[in-house]
Amino acid sequence: MSIRIGDKPYADRIKDGIGNDFMRKAVSSAQGRFRTGRLKAAEELGDWEDWRTLGEEIRHHTMENLDYYLHQLSEQVEKRGGTVFFAQDASEANAYIQEVARKKQAKKVVKSKSMVTEEIGLNKALEESGCEVVESDLGEWILQLDEDPPSHIVTPALHKNKAQIRETFANKKGYTQTDDPFELAAFAREQLREDFLNADIGITGCNFAVAESGTATLVTNEGNARMVSTLPDTQITVMGMERIVPTWEELEVLVSLLTRAAVGQKLTSYITSLTGTRLDNEVDGPEDFHLVIVDNGRSKIIGTEFQSALHCIRCAACINACPVYRHVGGHSYGSIYPGPIGAVLTPLLDGYEDHKELPYASTLCAACTEACPVKIPLHEHLIRHREIIVEQEHMTTKSEEILMKGFAKWASTPAAYQLSTKMARTALSPWTKGGHIEKGPGPLKGWTAERDFPAPAKKSFRKWYQERQKRRED
Amino acid sequence: MKVSLFITCLCDTITPDVGKDTIQLLERFGCEVDFPAAQTCCGQPAYNSGYKKEASKGMKQMIQAFENSDYVVGPSGSCVQMIKEYPSVLKEEPGWRERAEMLASKTYELTQFLVDVLKVEDVKSTFKGTATYHPSCHMTRLLGVSDAPRKLLENVEGLTLIDLPEKEDCCGFGGTFAVKNAAISGQMVQEKADHIASTKADYLIGGDMGCLMNMGGCMRRNNQEATVLHIAQVLNSQ
Repeated sequence: MSIRIGDKPYADRIKDGIGNDFMRKAVSSAQGRFRTGRLKAAEELGDWEDWRTLGEEIRHHTMENLDYYLHQLSEQVEKRGGTVFFAQDASEANAYIQEVARKKQAKKVVKSKSMVTEEIGLNKALEESGCEVVESDLGEWILQLDEDPPSHIVTPALHKNKAQIRETFANKKGYTQTDDPFELAAFAREQLREDFLNADIGITGCNFAVAESGTATLVTNEGNARMVSTLPDTQITVMGMERIVPTWEELEVLVSLLTRAAVGQKLTSYITSLTGTRLDNEVDGPEDFHLVIVDNGRSKIIGTEFQSALHCIRCAACINACPVYRHVGGHSYGSIYPGPIGAVLTPLLDGYEDHKELPYASTLCAACTEACPVKIPLHEHLIRHREIIVEQEHMTTKSEEILMKGFAKWASTPAAYQLSTKMARTALSPWTKGGHIEKGPGPLKGWTAERDFPAPAKKSFRKWYQERQKRRED
Repeated sequence: MKVSLFITCLCDTITPDVGKDTIQLLERFGCEVDFPAAQTCCGQPAYNSGYKKEASKGMKQMIQAFENSDYVVGPSGSCVQMIKEYPSVLKEEPGWRERAEMLASKTYELTQFLVDVLKVEDVKSTFKGTATYHPSCHMTRLLGVSDAPRKLLENVEGLTLIDLPEKEDCCGFGGTFAVKNAAISGQMVQEKADHIASTKADYLIGGDMGCLMNMGGCMRRNNQEATVLHIAQVLNSQ
């Protein structure tokens, strides 16, 4: 798996999403819970806007000085017995991790949730080199058993219900109990416990790496990341190069924003901070620790107008606020990063060719921008993507180009504009019935496929105004 | 006070009554309203579709059309917000940025102008019935106008407002989105129409013709009974 998921065209994915009643119900109710939770948690914290501004400033400062903090981080990790590897792209990251596994003669790898390892397709790479890979986040484990990609960056199996999960467990793991969530979770726990104990390598993601101390911090609710990072002798932490904070002080601010914006919690059940290898006086932790810092297209975003997209702390508040996401679900985006942030990031990381529809999958309602805890102007980035698609990539249709050139002429020539307000009603009269158009021509076709279009008025406003002025003058 | 009406292309062509009500409302509060005939469209359909170059041509026409105006008032949060963005769109065009800033600084959405500039919260109108109000996204989130329409509607004699469930959700219009992504737009507006129906209100009121045209078109197809009105029509009702 890589950033792109599946090979269906955009229109088919949307059709599948809209047609999936069950998924839509699940997404809609989850969005409702997450939104209410976020708003309540923000209110409880107080001064939410000030916190957002602080979050934005921290992320901005960090990105502006990323080289400095990455250097500091790597020095600190190495000072504490760890090894740091900077991977320019997915294949470099995978090759390094495969090599660590080969040297350890590792047969089994357990993982905690990590979007960047999805992005680089790490599981497939490790399986190809003979390792068994077990996801230990409950949602990720379900998806792994089902060979299904994530549809949300925080709750990856959001699109599945308990009956479907029961079926997956029954088919793949011989589960015989009911679809009661407690029984399902207890079963997963029992199964995964074995894997934690047998694993040769533990692989984690990283919510924030603290540069001053070389610490990787994980924000979880299930406790699985602690098992992954304490039981196996070898630990590999994989992080996107932007997931860094200067000091513990900034960590506190960003974790406060993350847990509230993501799930409406003051704090998640576990915040795990891991620094280096096990020391002589310590009882747990890895003997061998590797930090893999992945670029994979990020550094080329720095210095561009899209730089603030790298401020993202992966809370999914924009996804939970997005009304488009609600109706089409995560898989419709065709990227492991769905929703507004996915529509901004995916073309940046993986090019426009396969993702040129994503920037248009938004009404620009700005619910995403409003929800973002670090104030990324997501809807503005989407408009900028559209400009690039039109002006630099030339990926739009000829008919749209002609239409827009006509628009420019129309809107810049008062005489042409005025003529159109006179002619509109007559021009549309062949399709008009009872003052409305139920089946329109050309660009109106899409509109009237879903709803009626009002016929232009008998007398335009400007005509009425002219007559009124005339009456007044007479 | 001299005010120039920015009619918006939709109200000009499709719902001229909104323009008439806007003029009469402003005149009731002592404004001298003119209508610069050289105005066209704000440019948003092209700008939001990525055609910045094409959009900017119309924007320059709008800047010229309103160059001599003291205040520019329009019955649409979304179109007014577009004008507010002219300075950033035209920032690299010598001379135009300053002219864009002049226009942006004197342009107001109708309810914003009534409450913030004319300091009127009660327009002394009477309108009998129950209504639900849809706060349009650009007006609320981008232009930051959310209290003004609420205050004005609350003071309308005879009007009972019923809260619209999930009101902050977009209706699915999004300009060219409604055509380009018609299927998604259709689902969004259907959900909105269902919420409107659940209020059992006689009227749906909004401040943006684009959104109202979208919701109204869906409600008509559903045979929903509620009547769709622009806020200017309600505020000018005596």
